[in-house]
Amino acid sequence: MSTPPAGTTLIDPETIAYFYDEEADGFGEPATAAEAPRNPGMMVSAGVIGLGFLALAVILFGMPLSGDWTPFLLSFGLLSAGTIGYAWFAYKDTVPGIKHDGIMFGNTTHRGAIAWALGIALTGFYVVLYWWPEYLARAIALVEPLSQALAGQPANQWFLYGFLYTMAVVLFGFRMFMRYRHNRYHIIRTISVMFFQLVLAFVLPQFLRALNEPEFYFSYFWPLKYDYLFPGTVDYLVNSPGALGSFMVFWGAVCSFIATPVLTYFYGKRWYCSWVCGCGGLAETLGDPWRHLTPKSTVSWKIERAIIYAVLLLIILTTAVLWVSSTSDGALSAISAPLKQWYGFYIGAVFAGVIGVGFYPVLGNRVWCRFGCPMAAVLGIIQRFFSRFRITTNGGQCMSCGNCTTYCEMGIDVRAYAERGENIVRSSCVGCGVCSAVCPRGVLKLENGTTHGDRYPGSDKPLDAFSTAVSKGARVYGDRDGYV
Amino acid sequence: MHTVIVGNGVTGVTAATRLRQLQPDWKITLVSGESAYHYSRPALMYIFMGHMTYEATKPFEDRFWRDQRLDLVRDWVTGIDIEDKQLVLHRNGRLPYDRLLIATGAKSNKFGWPGQDLEGVQGLYNLKDLHQLYKNAERTERAVIVGGGLIGIELAEMLHSRHIHVTFLIRESSYWCNILPMEESGMINRLIEEQGIDLIRETNLKEIVDDGSGKVEAVITEFDDRIDCQLVGLTPGVSPNTDLVRSTPIETGRGVLVDDSFRTNIPDIYAAGDCAEIVSRNGGRNLIQQVWYTGKKQGKAAGEVLAGEDTAYDPGIWFNSAKFFDLEYQTYGMILSTPQPGERHLYWEHPSHRHAVRVVSADGCIKAFNFMGIRARHEVCERWISERRTVEYVLDHLEEANFDPEFFVRHETEIVRSLKEQLA
Repeated sequence: MSTPPAGTTLIDPETIAYFYDEEADGFGEPATAAEAPRNPGMMVSAGVIGLGFLALAVILFGMPLSGDWTPFLLSFGLLSAGTIGYAWFAYKDTVPGIKHDGIMFGNTTHRGAIAWALGIALTGFYVVLYWWPEYLARAIALVEPLSQALAGQPANQWFLYGFLYTMAVVLFGFRMFMRYRHNRYHIIRTISVMFFQLVLAFVLPQFLRALNEPEFYFSYFWPLKYDYLFPGTVDYLVNSPGALGSFMVFWGAVCSFIATPVLTYFYGKRWYCSWVCGCGGLAETLGDPWRHLTPKSTVSWKIERAIIYAVLLLIILTTAVLWVSSTSDGALSAISAPLKQWYGFYIGAVFAGVIGVGFYPVLGNRVWCRFGCPMAAVLGIIQRFFSRFRITTNGGQCMSCGNCTTYCEMGIDVRAYAERGENIVRSSCVGCGVCSAVCPRGVLKLENGTTHGDRYPGSDKPLDAFSTAVSKGARVYGDRDGYV
Repeated sequence: MHTVIVGNGVTGVTAATRLRQLQPDWKITLVSGESAYHYSRPALMYIFMGHMTYEATKPFEDRFWRDQRLDLVRDWVTGIDIEDKQLVLHRNGRLPYDRLLIATGAKSNKFGWPGQDLEGVQGLYNLKDLHQLYKNAERTERAVIVGGGLIGIELAEMLHSRHIHVTFLIRESSYWCNILPMEESGMINRLIEEQGIDLIRETNLKEIVDDGSGKVEAVITEFDDRIDCQLVGLTPGVSPNTDLVRSTPIETGRGVLVDDSFRTNIPDIYAAGDCAEIVSRNGGRNLIQQVWYTGKKQGKAAGEVLAGEDTAYDPGIWFNSAKFFDLEYQTYGMILSTPQPGERHLYWEHPSHRHAVRVVSADGCIKAFNFMGIRARHEVCERWISERRTVEYVLDHLEEANFDPEFFVRHETEIVRSLKEQLA
């Protein structure tokens, strides 16, 4: 055979196709001639939710509220029953397994008009809650009977907020049970976040109010709950009548400085972020439909590192300045007061609340946890350098599909590690376990290991890794750029 | 030194990145007509089902190629000018090379069925097929899939996710039972039927019927049964794509013939991955491997050869995995559908038919595993096989091989009891 003459076409022109542009057009929702089966249960449930909102609207804008239970039970009863019913009928006849069909096509789940509307509504709610609570007067009156029953005291906007928050965690926690009923990890951790939110972050603080004790949240610690180690709070708790206030200070300090490093050493930061924390609890329940929206690019990772450690430094600085100020008769008080106020406003309210939850439907469910939370920053440093926790990769079984990366709520490019057979040891990982659940090839497993050899290559001493990281800067922090 | 790689699938890309590691200064060019950037072919199904965006199927960010100085050319290669060492491109003229790696992958089989070129008939292998599927699905209420392999069941799952009624026509008596033993195969039959998909077994396709306008209207089986449909998925496996070299002096068999260092008969031209047929050194059967993992492994070895290293491809211990609807499957070592001479098969299946384990031994030594609905550690299974551990040892340590997520119900006690009873 001879070499074909120049320009000869050897391959079938039929196979030449440029008629699609996958980069510009992508691939959207496929249209078909088939009709989706009707789900009457879901339709009825949606109707019940609609009635609940209608009842809520009528109550908030018209009906006189006399402090009895009827309007409360009617509105929240319908909303709860509808939400539970919706989740039940959506999943009850399905085969247990991963339920991601159509996520990228959904108006609600993929930044459609509904998602933006929800984002604006949630953001708006936080803005009103923080700065114009007087507009919530009727909503506060609506939850008055519950506040009286639990705390024996009038409701305020924070009671209303706590109630709605807890309701969201519990109702959407039920949705998680239905959705992940094949996966015990998700069921157990969902029970855990529901318990901590309902009992430690809602009912118990109200009982404390009823007993005239300080309203204390045993599942939140400094630096997330930054004021718990501020001198003002500590003074107030220590000076409150009885021993309980002092115990609260003790509890907070032990959790911040002893439990946090010890538990994170054994189990990774997940013990807090996706098992205990209320912010994490809301993200893992109400926020679950939007987990895939977290940006995954290297640039977003750089932004994350820049902001989260800045916030951590800021709260350490604020706390330190406040203590100096309070112990030295007012030295630094010129900056301590504005710093405290500034942090509370921009970080505590705007970042954690308005952006952190309000942006769920647009930027994913862990905006605050990933970019802002100083507690996550501390837990992350411990997890990265001093923890037995990691996500292990199963040999060569990864086929680079990217489901893990897509559904990582913390924006970790899990695939980049899995396809190279490397374990994932990343400070931001909250151990939600979804990467492992969605992997179609059984590649990922969350483990509390016993050795350090695989996490700190060339060293079995974690401190070596830490000192290397310090001397070389952020690159060793976990560098995805070094593919080749 | 300019190395050109034809094809940006997993083999071509793995070869390119490995070569870049070893030769930081060489010029490396990847040519692909299919896509501008490398994407994960097994993830095609997730785009159609709405689990992932196309963008998310790309394992590397676009800037990676620039950072690594891997030049990407979006073009179809229409010919190879071997004398002048140039590729003939469809739009961009000629591309000279010093070394050439052919990694053109595979293409869907067609068996000359009447009507196989009608509109609405297609396979599923590449982005063009996916694009075609979007077009064909528009008028589809009912679909027929012919051929019971991994792509067939993926296509069934894709169409089913969009509420299209699927009839699955397989030649065998049970799904994929030419590869899987009957028990595992039976578990998957159940799953298929549980989803509401019609599984028609031991039935060949006779012809595909034209609706008069060049579009599919129905298929007719060998028993003259007619099944109305608007889409026919032909998924009877894939064959090496040798179109590019077919009328060149590069030797081909079923695939592009290469030695175990991926050299073709022409100097400086190599082939690897799904398109390659590795000629056995000792007169045994030639090796054609067409799964993701072998494509990756061959690509890595080919990258080393291209860089001038003396690497011979070692296929190692076979492994593979798949997911059939919600049932995960992993296999380590080679298990054929029926026990081979000298082999002993031990099998346990959970009453729910959602978990199963098969342990295969020869001469008392472990040879292979199948896991259904249970995740197993690759490293442990591979080590046991290569160390020729006894079956007793493996059963006593079976829990070490478990890779299921935390808190999952563990079945080792029942498995070991059952398998030991069979062993006794």
